Amino acid sequence: MKETLLEVKNLKKHFQTNKGLLHAVDGVNFEIKKGETLGIVGESGCGKSTTGRVVLRLLEATEGEILFEGTDIRQFNNKQLRDVRKEMQIVFQDPFASLNPRLSLSEIIGEPFEIFNMYKPKEREEKVIELMELVGLSQRLINAYPHELDGGRRQRVGIARALALNPKFIVCDEPVSALDVSIQAQILNLMQDLQERLGLTYMFISHDLSVVKHISNRIAVMYLGKVVEITTSSEVFKNPLHPYTKALLSAIPIPKIGQKRERIILKGDVPSPINPPKGCRFAGRCPYVMDKCRQQDPELIDLGSDHSVACHLVNK
Amino acid sequence: MSETILNIKSLKVEYNTQEGSVKAVDNLSFSLNKGETLGLVGETGAGKTTTALSIMQLVPNPPGKIVDGEIYFNGINLLNQKNDEMRKIRGNKISMIFQDPMTSLNPVMTVGSQIAETIMLHQKFSKKRAAEKAEEMLDLVGIPKNRAGEYPHQFSGGMRQRVGIAMALSCNPELLISDEPTTALDVTIQAQVLELMKKLKEQFKTSMLLITHDLGVVAEVCDKVAIMYAGKVVEFADVHTLFTKPKHPYTKGLFNSIPSLDEEVDRLKPIKGTMPDPTNLPRGCSFHPRCPYAQEICKVQEPDITELEDGTKVSCLIYQGLVSDGK
Repeated sequence: MKETLLEVKNLKKHFQTNKGLLHAVDGVNFEIKKGETLGIVGESGCGKSTTGRVVLRLLEATEGEILFEGTDIRQFNNKQLRDVRKEMQIVFQDPFASLNPRLSLSEIIGEPFEIFNMYKPKEREEKVIELMELVGLSQRLINAYPHELDGGRRQRVGIARALALNPKFIVCDEPVSALDVSIQAQILNLMQDLQERLGLTYMFISHDLSVVKHISNRIAVMYLGKVVEITTSSEVFKNPLHPYTKALLSAIPIPKIGQKRERIILKGDVPSPINPPKGCRFAGRCPYVMDKCRQQDPELIDLGSDHSVACHLVNK
Repeated sequence: MSETILNIKSLKVEYNTQEGSVKAVDNLSFSLNKGETLGLVGETGAGKTTTALSIMQLVPNPPGKIVDGEIYFNGINLLNQKNDEMRKIRGNKISMIFQDPMTSLNPVMTVGSQIAETIMLHQKFSKKRAAEKAEEMLDLVGIPKNRAGEYPHQFSGGMRQRVGIAMALSCNPELLISDEPTTALDVTIQAQVLELMKKLKEQFKTSMLLITHDLGVVAEVCDKVAIMYAGKVVEFADVHTLFTKPKHPYTKGLFNSIPSLDEEVDRLKPIKGTMPDPTNLPRGCSFHPRCPYAQEICKVQEPDITELEDGTKVSCLIYQGLVSDGK
């Protein structure tokens, strides 16, 4: 049995807005084992990015526990938090917006060393070159600026920066969404190679189910601030149980001919997370909705064999 | 034999930039039959949108310029049409759905009046009848009529895209150009919009040019496919042939780059390298630096279009018998 690296218990993040309380993340539980990848999927506004940020304390949680190697980092003071940040890093979605346009690659990748006061200038440069090699960036680019690079290379810079301090855990927030498919495949392979070589643990956030399926060991499906289903990556696709997961899967256009699939077309849009209705969040769009669903919020229940679902239909 | 509605012959479009002239579209030819849907597939910078804008005569000039070629729509060369003649075609016989439903609608006009504006302009309807027709169009795309008086910001992304579709269809166009109509949408909403487009296509027998980078969307709605790379069509085939027997190394590479939902693969097989710099395209075949089969000859000789037995048109020296594909 592998050790658990990160465990999140009843995590909540609410934002005060003019229109009322926005429940971005509303009672999320999951754990990630060492060396594994947990994929988080869901549509815009389901709270997947917020979850990623709250886990790193880039946003402060409203409630809940974030256990990293068994200790709750929500209790950490600034000094402790700074130290634990060496272990926990993030790769952002938009490689065009997440790199400072006025810094060269050596400054961007070397900045973590600067912040933690590590290495002398000469050594620092060697380290930067090492990191660039690791992510497949040519050494001649060391003094280049982000605008000189295409999207794929920029994302490699973002990955090199995240790896600089030798972290154990990386939150990948839609790292390949802004890239063309041929480049996307290169970056996915790089991330898998790095995971094997360095024993990294990933929390991989994406709206693209085929990408998540490809890279994850386990997958959590989120809807409106809640995890509705969490299980192994193959089980999600072979045996999806939550009606939302089923609809989501059936909605993906598959690049193959002659595969007749029954498509579940959901009506309407994702409702607003501001003052969400009581009961199941999905009730308004669910094809199997029952009276109970509008009254009582279903809990995420473990069905055994590493498969948990939050649905009254399944958990009778 | 079905009738051709659109026929593009050796189209060349260039943009003049500080770094030099960019051949956005280079010697591009394809045709579209009545009632069919053609998917135009390629990555960023392949020239898909420029091709669409050329048909509409909306290439921003300067810096863009159609240098050469012919675009026949129902037998008339659009490139010879005067501005006011083009204006009668645009939005009426040929209309376009844009990628970004957030920015392609006018934020200070109600959606009803935006649709009615198109109708009044082309169909000589009275204001009242145009407003009624606009409501009918909204109804057709599944938006309640009573929302015609609302502004774009009051709608969600999926609904705005439906408004765009309603507007594009309001004059019963013969040809509909959709530029990445579902790219900005979530999958469940994308499924709704695709379903709607398929239904409308059957209902109105509209011919469609669908621009996309998503081969999944192509498999679902297209009859024919043109794969573009660096301003050229490198492969043209019917959708069944393309998906079962892709020919061009780039097309094969694209398929290998997509993670599959029903197969377990440890690693993807991506195409090496990156898109070439459009101001400095490689000589010979522009795909050669990334091609696993490339030989010396690919660096100097530009491939011709070869038509194969199964109807595929492919632009690669392998199919001219000049390079081995390693089998």
